[in-house]
This record gives sequence, C-alpha cells and structure tokens, in this order.
Amino acid sequence: MILTNIESVPGLRTVEHMGLVSGSTVRSKHVGRDLMAGLKNIFGGELKGYTELLNEAREEAIARMVKQAEALGANAVVNVRFSTSAVAAGAAELYAYGTAVRVE
Amino acid sequence: MADIIVFIVLVACGYFIGGHRERSHYRSIFAREAATLELTLLSGKAIDPAWQVAQAALVTGVCVISVDYFKSVAAGLRNLVGGRVSAYESLIDRARREALLRMKAQAAALGGKVVVINVRLETSSISGMKADGRSGQVASVEVIAYGTALALA
Repeated sequence: MILTNIESVPGLRTVEHMGLVSGSTVRSKHVGRDLMAGLKNIFGGELKGYTELLNEAREEAIARMVKQAEALGANAVVNVRFSTSAVAAGAAELYAYGTAVRVE
Repeated sequence: MADIIVFIVLVACGYFIGGHRERSHYRSIFAREAATLELTLLSGKAIDPAWQVAQAALVTGVCVISVDYFKSVAAGLRNLVGGRVSAYESLIDRARREALLRMKAQAAALGGKVVVINVRLETSSISGMKADGRSGQVASVEVIAYGTALALA
C-alpha cells in the first residue's frame, strides 16, 4: 500500500478511483501517565508518554484507513490528511482520511 | 507562608530546570538541523519534471512538549497586560521544529537523495488545552508533521 499526501503517486499512473477512505481512533494513556505529565508541567521538557500516545494513534488511524482501502481493492491512498479533535482531556482523537486509488 | 515557599520553589524549579532543558533541546535542534540541511522540505505539491522519482511514501513526525511552571506563571502575568507571550513562543517553536526533524529522520531512512513535498503541520490536544485558551489538566503543545517523501533515483 502506497500512501502520499499529494494528488497522485509520482512515477505511477492512476487507473481507478475508489472514493474516500478513512480511519479514526481515540486513545488514552493510563492515569499514571497523566500524573507524570502533570509533574512534567513543573519542570518542562518533552512529554514522552503523550508523544508515544500520538504516535500510536497515528499508526492505528492509518492502519484502519489502509484496511478500508484494501477492502475496496485499492493499492494506494492519495491525498492523505490528518485531523485531530479534543474529545476528553488525556485522550487523543486522530482521524486520517484520503482517496483510495489503483495505480500502475 | 508555606504556600509562598512552595510557590517560589516551583517557580525556581521551572526557571532553572525548565530553562536548562530548553537550552539543551535548542542545541540539539540546531545540530540536527545543520546535519540535515541537504534534505529539502517543500510545502508545495509541485514535482520538478527533472526528478526521477524512485519511491514515494508518507512520512510523519510527532512531538509533545510541556510547559514548565515558570513559563505558565510568566504567561499568566503577561495575560494581565497583554502583548507578546515569548514564554510560549519558544515552546511552540521547539515542538514544530522537533516534529519536522523527526519527519526528516523518517524520510532520510528511505536512503539516497530525498525531497519531502507538501509538508503539513497539525496540532492536537491530548492535554485538554482548548482552542479558546482555557487549559485542561496539563498544558502542552502537540504537533504532527507529515508530508510525502520522494526518493530520487
């Protein structure tokens, strides 16, 4: 599966459009991580737990989007976009969407 | 009295430890940016016809950076009089640049000469920091950088 966030896959020809595919996920860390993040607010620095959380959320959202594209028989997703929202404190909602296509 | 002592200790922790962390983070950012100057990032989508694209892949970079106690107090005071909140400017700057550097590291892993086009930055809010500035439990800046890496033959 090839993913790009431009309209095409460079070097390959788009032969068929399968429409919009998307994947979303809401993930949170256990309360210990939230407490640690609260402590970090005193000293500053990177919140590794939350960076990890955001990374996991991104992977999960992409995986779901790719699964949908595979079900449609696509071999690439172009014009991928990420969107985020705040459902609850301590949780990350990530939405990945794009156009499923078949390229040759 | 005890409250005031706790407050002063927290502000001092933020000022010294937070300041130290910010400076060492900036040193690391400058060093890595200098080392990856060859890797071009473009925010446009145009593909130069001269490029021989061997591989295209989505690359991403993520970074979450926390405020420190000194910064939040300084920003709170700044809010009273208004104006430039420089304490938070450096925070956002660090998060964006770190996310871009992580994206660059992923792009460089493709090997050879790599160009990243259509670079986008998206901010998230795990910590419950609202868009209108009301903060949740934890104040932080969260950035996702992504783009299409083209490995050139």
